[in-house]
Amino acid sequence: MLLYFVFVLGIGFALKRYMKTSKDFFQAGRALPAWICGLAFISANLGAQEVIGMGASGAKYGIATSHFYWIGAIPAMIFVGIFMMPFYYGSKARSVPEFLRLRFDEKTRALNACSFAVMTVFSSGISMYAMARLIQTLHVFDYLFISAGLPLGYIFHFSILLSAIIVLGYIFLGGLTSAIYNEVLQFFLIIAGFLPLVLIGLKNVGGWSGLKAAMPNPSYLHSWQGMAHANTNPLGVEVFGLAMGLGFVLSFGYWCTDFLVIQTAMATDTQENARRVPLIAAIPKMFFPFLVILPGLLAIGAMKPQPTVTTHVEANGTIIRDIKDIPTEAESKGVGLVPAKTNPLSGKIMLDASGKPLLDYDLAIPSMLLHYFPTGILGLGLTALLASFMSGMAGNVTAFNTVWTYDLYQSYIHKGASDKHYLAMGRWATVGGILLSMATAYAATGFNNIMDTLQLVFSFVNAPLFATFLLGMFWKRATGNGAFIGLISGTVAAVLHHGMTLPIEAHPGMHGGWIAILHHYPSDMAQNFWTAIWAFSTNFMVTIVVSLFGKPKPESELVGLVHSLTPKPDMGHLPWWRRPEALAVVLLVMVVALNVIFR
Amino acid sequence: MNLDLRIPMGMMFTLVGLILTVYGLATQGSDIYVRSMGINANLDWGIVLLIFGSTMFLLGRRGQKKADSAPPAPVAEGSVRRGH
Repeated sequence: MLLYFVFVLGIGFALKRYMKTSKDFFQAGRALPAWICGLAFISANLGAQEVIGMGASGAKYGIATSHFYWIGAIPAMIFVGIFMMPFYYGSKARSVPEFLRLRFDEKTRALNACSFAVMTVFSSGISMYAMARLIQTLHVFDYLFISAGLPLGYIFHFSILLSAIIVLGYIFLGGLTSAIYNEVLQFFLIIAGFLPLVLIGLKNVGGWSGLKAAMPNPSYLHSWQGMAHANTNPLGVEVFGLAMGLGFVLSFGYWCTDFLVIQTAMATDTQENARRVPLIAAIPKMFFPFLVILPGLLAIGAMKPQPTVTTHVEANGTIIRDIKDIPTEAESKGVGLVPAKTNPLSGKIMLDASGKPLLDYDLAIPSMLLHYFPTGILGLGLTALLASFMSGMAGNVTAFNTVWTYDLYQSYIHKGASDKHYLAMGRWATVGGILLSMATAYAATGFNNIMDTLQLVFSFVNAPLFATFLLGMFWKRATGNGAFIGLISGTVAAVLHHGMTLPIEAHPGMHGGWIAILHHYPSDMAQNFWTAIWAFSTNFMVTIVVSLFGKPKPESELVGLVHSLTPKPDMGHLPWWRRPEALAVVLLVMVVALNVIFR
Repeated sequence: MNLDLRIPMGMMFTLVGLILTVYGLATQGSDIYVRSMGINANLDWGIVLLIFGSTMFLLGRRGQKKADSAPPAPVAEGSVRRGH
């Protein structure tokens, strides 16, 4: 683990020499090769939510979780690569909010910049929190603390500080390039840490057929079975909700507008490469379910931890029974290797509304690691986990400091200063961002599945956003006022919807239903998806209506920003198999094949 | 950017691979491998990482040498920047 930290910081130091202009710091000089950006693209997305959250969802919902990838990501990645990157990259906007200003107007940009800034800080904080809790649960630093005579309760705070300092260190020094390089490093590290886990776990449970037999519910291994009605599948969503909510709104909303990932694609050297980056990223993305979701399934299918009992007979005839590794109460109340959820403050087991113990799905993957890995490779696995958290944090922090410096600071607080000034501001913004993340980290204890929390946040902010971009890029009549009012109404719709519905097993409060309970959903996730659908539709319709009442920008100003007014990029000189479109078609075929195999 | 990522990455994985392989050799047959079904995960995976790390490193060195000896690329100026 130390080695990893050393290298991560080392890369930061090495890159410091190259950070001369703010363009270098915030945009990596726009000169990185496509493969690096492609891997960083997917790795930026591979934060806490992917690794732990996907494992948790795999344990909770089965292989239907792969929908997040096969429906929820690949089509969106293809779309953003082929259709949207030319606008993002070609407009030379330095951030997504800046693109909004070019296309619409100042207030739309401000709205987006503010909400995005809040969201990145929130996400970074969640990553930090998750990492600290993980370190705490896995007792990684226990030995260190005990020998230093410090109370174990400090471990949580120590972990938060440690992650803050390291991420701060390498981003402060090397900017976006440092973040991107480290993301690629983290990508390989995650594979290095998790592939052996999957291999060993599968062998333990008896291969794929053994896994099938061990599942509590046969639809765990079929992603499409029972999708006609919400009640017949573990996700609690039916086809329409899934397709529209996840496939369209949420996934496109994320992959097409989230500056966190777009930032990585924009860092590459040519427009052709910018289009290729999301496509390159889509390839490993397709196969990642096997790396992160499968361990979740394996965790549920594995045997519950049993005490190991060794019996031996002494020379004089006495029988000695040696009982070791007694599982804790949380472990024995769980399913497979997934323990029950304990309240971190009181230590008691938490129950749901019907009295059954809540399962702590987030601990699925860590439990797997501890159970199957001997010392040595265990260090690698844990480092891979930590790497995924830091990757999530770093991506958010770089997005935050760019949006803050370019969109909020430079536009509203201090215009026209020297480039050096903004470079310095960017560095301080990094510090500020990390401090805010720490604050958020101390506020995240309500859900037993990080995925649900994040999807909630995203749906409030992202779903309405995508409608704005869609209209902006493909309808030249969309106006700034339309976009602005549309965005606000979309977000309000999301909040209202959340306040008036409640998932079946939850208590009103953070899970919804805080205004009144008008409707029940079978699961958190179903509620999230439908919130997204409402938000998107509201924004879409309101934007159209308001735009029709206003005056659009003259066409001359919209060249390069709207699809119908932009000359098609000239790909004619490339052989057909090198064009991004060809790659996109191949990806689509593969994704359909995967869906068919695992239906 | 002039630093080829494959160099530090290759270095790190080679080192990790080395540590795992050595540890794996040293603990062959010990009972810490009961958990992983008797497979000496450290040794096997250590060797895999060692190979991966060295390959990356060598590729990186070759790429770096090529990049350093090539003339600096002209800065591509596309359409006019639209300002802040």
